[in-house]
Amino acid sequence: MAHMNMVQALNSAMDIMLQRDPRVVILGEDVGYFGGVFRVTDGLQRKYGEHRVLDTPIAEGGIIGAAIGMGVNGLKPVAEIQFADYIYPGFDQVVSELARLRYRSAGEFSAPVTIRTPCGGGIRGGQTHSQSPEAIFTHVSGIKVVMPSNPYDAKGLLISSIEDDDPVVFFEPKRIYNGPFDGDPNKPAIPWTSHPRGEVPEDYYTVPISRAAIARPGNDVTVLTYGTMVHVVEAAVRLAGVDAEIIDIRTLAPLDVDTLCSSVCRTGRCVVVHEATLFGGFGAELVATVQEACFWNLQAPILRVAGWDTPYPHAFEWEYFPGQERVAQALKSVMEAA
Amino acid sequence: MAQRSRLHVPHPPARPGDRPDFSYVRLSPAGAVIRPDVTASVADIESLATSLVRVLDERHAAVGPWNPHLEAPDLQVGLRHMLLTRLFDDRMQRMQRQGRISFYMKSTGEEAVSVAQGMALRPGDMLFPAYRNQGLYVVRGRSLTDLMCQCLSNTHDMCKGRQMPVMYHWAGGNIFSISGNLATQFPQAAGWAMAAAIRGEDRIAASWIGEGSTAEADFHHALTFASVYRAPVILNVVNNQWAISTFQGFAGGERGTFAARGPGYGIPGIRVDGNDFLAVYAVTQWAAERARMSGGPTLIEHVTYRASAHSTSDDPSRYRPRDEWQAWPLGDPVQRLKNHLIALGEWSEQRHTALEKELEAHVAACWKEAMSYGTLTDGPALDPATMFEDVFKQMPQHLARQREQLRALQALRKRSPQASSAPGPTAAGGRAESDAAQSDNVPGEG
Repeated sequence: MAHMNMVQALNSAMDIMLQRDPRVVILGEDVGYFGGVFRVTDGLQRKYGEHRVLDTPIAEGGIIGAAIGMGVNGLKPVAEIQFADYIYPGFDQVVSELARLRYRSAGEFSAPVTIRTPCGGGIRGGQTHSQSPEAIFTHVSGIKVVMPSNPYDAKGLLISSIEDDDPVVFFEPKRIYNGPFDGDPNKPAIPWTSHPRGEVPEDYYTVPISRAAIARPGNDVTVLTYGTMVHVVEAAVRLAGVDAEIIDIRTLAPLDVDTLCSSVCRTGRCVVVHEATLFGGFGAELVATVQEACFWNLQAPILRVAGWDTPYPHAFEWEYFPGQERVAQALKSVMEAA
Repeated sequence: MAQRSRLHVPHPPARPGDRPDFSYVRLSPAGAVIRPDVTASVADIESLATSLVRVLDERHAAVGPWNPHLEAPDLQVGLRHMLLTRLFDDRMQRMQRQGRISFYMKSTGEEAVSVAQGMALRPGDMLFPAYRNQGLYVVRGRSLTDLMCQCLSNTHDMCKGRQMPVMYHWAGGNIFSISGNLATQFPQAAGWAMAAAIRGEDRIAASWIGEGSTAEADFHHALTFASVYRAPVILNVVNNQWAISTFQGFAGGERGTFAARGPGYGIPGIRVDGNDFLAVYAVTQWAAERARMSGGPTLIEHVTYRASAHSTSDDPSRYRPRDEWQAWPLGDPVQRLKNHLIALGEWSEQRHTALEKELEAHVAACWKEAMSYGTLTDGPALDPATMFEDVFKQMPQHLARQREQLRALQALRKRSPQASSAPGPTAAGGRAESDAAQSDNVPGEG
């Protein structure tokens, strides 16, 4: 075991896969010589050569389009989109091509592309470097959507994603690249070394796709969340003093419905938390799914805590970000109901 | 006069009722354009992007440095493929009019592009076609019955009923799935070619889009990536003058040729007479040889004319003169190759009529066979429950549940046909059916 932050864990996943599988190639803006603006691909081009780790033109549509062609020709491309906020020029290639290629060709063609992209706020990135567009992708049939919340899962899930024969959009919450963030920007940053999931094997291992994790077992209320918000919720649960079960969803699509619903049916209460905007967000899907299975077990209405339905503001980041206070309020509210 | 800007809106030279006018199409005499060495630098061959490579002259002779010197049997095969493509198109158009298929797109007048290029490339080369390249399937020998079954969405449909007519694919024949979204295949072809180069293969890629689609960002992405990595890919722009109702001026054709966009990216651009089988063959051979020896991509503009409607849903008499094709200065590719073969003494009107009869009978027999596998309305039908397959390699639980919901609805309809219009609780999409789904032996997420 070694201590790794999320950047190192993701780098280790790609290092291992480049080593194990000659079909794996990395491509993206600044990922080669420089090693990526967040350093996630640091050293990989030096180690594996510039035919395996390619710097690309600044063209997200071109990166994803080319990755699809590479995938069709037997490679396993791992494409980096530098910020999730930049993915939209490549959106047509994801939605109309990557997601549907296997389907439209009745299984004759497919492209096992993994798209890695840093998402989320908390870094003073304003509206073009802070977005959480996961629900735009979970709505698309034919792609898997993953978002880890810690280094151990990040490495294991990225290896699983690269090995998967279907396309995966892999969101990396950039606020927790270097340490778990509990939503309080005034506290000094905590490194991953002090977190149990910051202990990461240096060798190959996988974390299965489509399997949620119980981040904290509890009995009174179930909190469904993912990414950075797992840590915010942990702090909010302490603040509210409730015995909450926190489920780290990890894979948004296809969703591990059974883990989510069996917890909610047991606790009888549920709060859904995500950083992305509320309306039409992934939380709406979670609430609908949970009420279908757990309606007769519910003792209170399910509440959602999410980003406000505005673009991500620069100066008002901490008023926008769904922090501990709002999560704790929701927890108290569902506990007090009925 | 006060200085002020004024928006320019392109107008085609002729609208319905006008006399066709193709004076804007710049021509070169057959044989007049130089054929550079395949290793030539882009800067030295920029003139190829504005001139027009032609081999067949007015007297039906093959002339000049681009003459590929094909043997008569090869020319006869080319003629046969073009004619078969045309007769296949005609039959499918008629079947659409009879209501047998929902939609069709003919390639009439453009057959030389797909057929000559398909013949000039090697079977291992990967083709990323647009929706008007059915000649590629004919050259590579896919049975017409299979193509017809796709158009019929019947039990033998290669797409299992998931795609509109003509959106074929053929992994075994190295022909990529047709999207329906325009130009998306262009950067994919560049990526495929990059992968071939990464692995050091001698296979190359070729892709096709219409001149209208060059306005899409994917065109720019493809040329950028192909140029940057010197990818072994042939990027073809089929300039058939019309993108549904907008003439080529709306894609920028008034300002320069489409081939001329190549040199701006450091890619050779070749403008070729797309209705001249020999010229298309020759420039493709040149580009393929250049690509195979690590010389990188070539952009080829095929100057041709879309003789038919855009699709069976289109009525071109509403936006262009009815007799425009008759005035097209580059003629009919089938007629021109036929005349060339006759001039060589290797063909005759009698043989041509006999070939037409033979191919028409072949198309009719294929259609009869295809119909026996079902149509959208009659005969054996695909099981709709197959719609849940191939979304992912392994079917996840939520799709298995939805498939069970559909099956339950099908069973309900079978028991009481009247009930089908009134959705029962099973149609509501709840998890009530999930227990049944879970007992089904479906490969889940494990």
